[in-house]
Amino acid sequence: MTPTTRTRWAILSLTGPAYLWLACTIFLPIAAMLALSFLDKSPLVPKPASFTLANYGAFFGKPFYWSLTRWSIELGLWVTLFSFLIGYPAAYALAKRVKGRWREAIFLLIVLPFWSNALVRIFSWTMVLRSNGIIDLGVQSIFPGAPTVDLLFTYPAVVIGLVHSYLPYMILTCYIALQAIDDSLIEAGRSLGASKFTTFRRVVLPLSLPGIISGAALIFVPVIGSFMEPRILGGTKGATLGMNIEEQFTVTANWPLGAALSFILLAIVLVIFGILYPFLRKQGGAA
Amino acid sequence: MITKLQTNPGAYDVIVTNSAWNGRATELGVIQPIDTAQVSNFADLNPSFRDSPLLNVDGKTYGVAWVWGITAVAYSTEVYKDAPTSIEALWDAKNAKRVSVRDDAIEAVSFAAIATGQDMNHPTDLAKVKEKLLALKPNLAMLWTSEDDWNKQFQAKAFDLSVYWSGSALRSKTNFKLPVGYVVPDEGAVGWFDGLAIGKDAPNAEGAHKFINYMIEPTYYVEWATKVGAPASANPKAMAALPDSDPSKAFYSDEAAIKRLQFMAPLSDQERQDFSDLWAEVKTEYAK
Repeated sequence: MTPTTRTRWAILSLTGPAYLWLACTIFLPIAAMLALSFLDKSPLVPKPASFTLANYGAFFGKPFYWSLTRWSIELGLWVTLFSFLIGYPAAYALAKRVKGRWREAIFLLIVLPFWSNALVRIFSWTMVLRSNGIIDLGVQSIFPGAPTVDLLFTYPAVVIGLVHSYLPYMILTCYIALQAIDDSLIEAGRSLGASKFTTFRRVVLPLSLPGIISGAALIFVPVIGSFMEPRILGGTKGATLGMNIEEQFTVTANWPLGAALSFILLAIVLVIFGILYPFLRKQGGAA
Repeated sequence: MITKLQTNPGAYDVIVTNSAWNGRATELGVIQPIDTAQVSNFADLNPSFRDSPLLNVDGKTYGVAWVWGITAVAYSTEVYKDAPTSIEALWDAKNAKRVSVRDDAIEAVSFAAIATGQDMNHPTDLAKVKEKLLALKPNLAMLWTSEDDWNKQFQAKAFDLSVYWSGSALRSKTNFKLPVGYVVPDEGAVGWFDGLAIGKDAPNAEGAHKFINYMIEPTYYVEWATKVGAPASANPKAMAALPDSDPSKAFYSDEAAIKRLQFMAPLSDQERQDFSDLWAEVKTEYAK
């Protein structure tokens, strides 16, 4: 065997199982869902199904779907923004300032939310955020007579719950990118006369951009499809497209409509990434 | 439930079905005919439930009537010294942000239909129903999704007035000692009954028949109702066996209230989709 053939075989055998797994568990079901979205009846119903575009048409025909989609995207943007504002400084401190065993200890604390059940976490937020909850009692004890703090069943409550759930993703991806930045680069910038802020802006930030982008992608995509946190923390204020899609599968048993809505959401996400991709590549490369 | 039965054939012996869905389950072939000879208490059941066309198709019985109940108005006895009598109490401006309804399209549409004087199963004027639901926005504190959810929020005083199930209300009172009062408004309320069905290809069909027989007999019902709290039994002998002090006995014998009920009937796919879309639009307005 020639070296190139051997290399090719090596690559195939190492990545083959992973791609096979992806094909069976992700691509095939998604392809089945795509086919389903063009039918007028769920295949589990014993009646012959026919091809129809009505499910996609429903999205464009009814204005409330567009409101839900807009809110879901807005929610994704808010959660990503706050995760970045909180997570990036935390990752920076962890990568550049904390040394030794403290680093492992803090890592553990960051990853700890992943060990608990997501639903339990969300319900505990209801106890913290409501009036007579922990925050309200805390404020009352420091400033007696202050107006009650009742955050539950509001939009901010949903954002808080989602940021809490997805923050570790941002911290971890930014940490990986930041700790790969050689300290000597920062020293070089400082020694050439740049202020701390300029060094950060021109050296550290562009080099850590890949970490920020992957963190943002890991957070944005699940959040726009989320339905658990909006349902429990939002009350009537947490309406998202994810909740409507869930109802199509569980309440109205209209699987084709649910599938069509899911793919429209997927298409919107791909369009957003398609638009942003050239800008991000340019930014990352210009450093 | 239907989705679960379709995707898990042969997984369940006994299935609790709402009367409005039993026919659909029969149509889809996910439940099997019940051999009523094996269910010795079958003859004791109240005929209007037992022989209902919703549970019996082509002369075969697909569901054994088990319990029935009411979806009406539950209120906090700490806030309301006298029970509200009209369903309009839900829309009363005094109750801003103190009302809760279930996040369910069919229940919401049924209530608004009753409040606007229409047939809740096939309302003729859906636009009026939608208007009525939108008018609820200033009063709505939250939407509840399960009995557990309702209990938690009621205890935390998130709302004082709500649309709720009768069996669950009695359970919240008896079991969880919550200050719950329950009333059937003058305009009417939703009536429902549940049946027990046997899944197609059930692993233990014989055991299922015996279990169903046990569930409809008086001794089991009395223990359930007095210790935990339950909806009304479809077996009049079971209701008669309850101790006179039990609140559900008095409640479910209130003939005048029962006459005001509209019972749930099956809906066509189109109707269900229309109700669901209407509710989704209303919820979008609530969120604005």
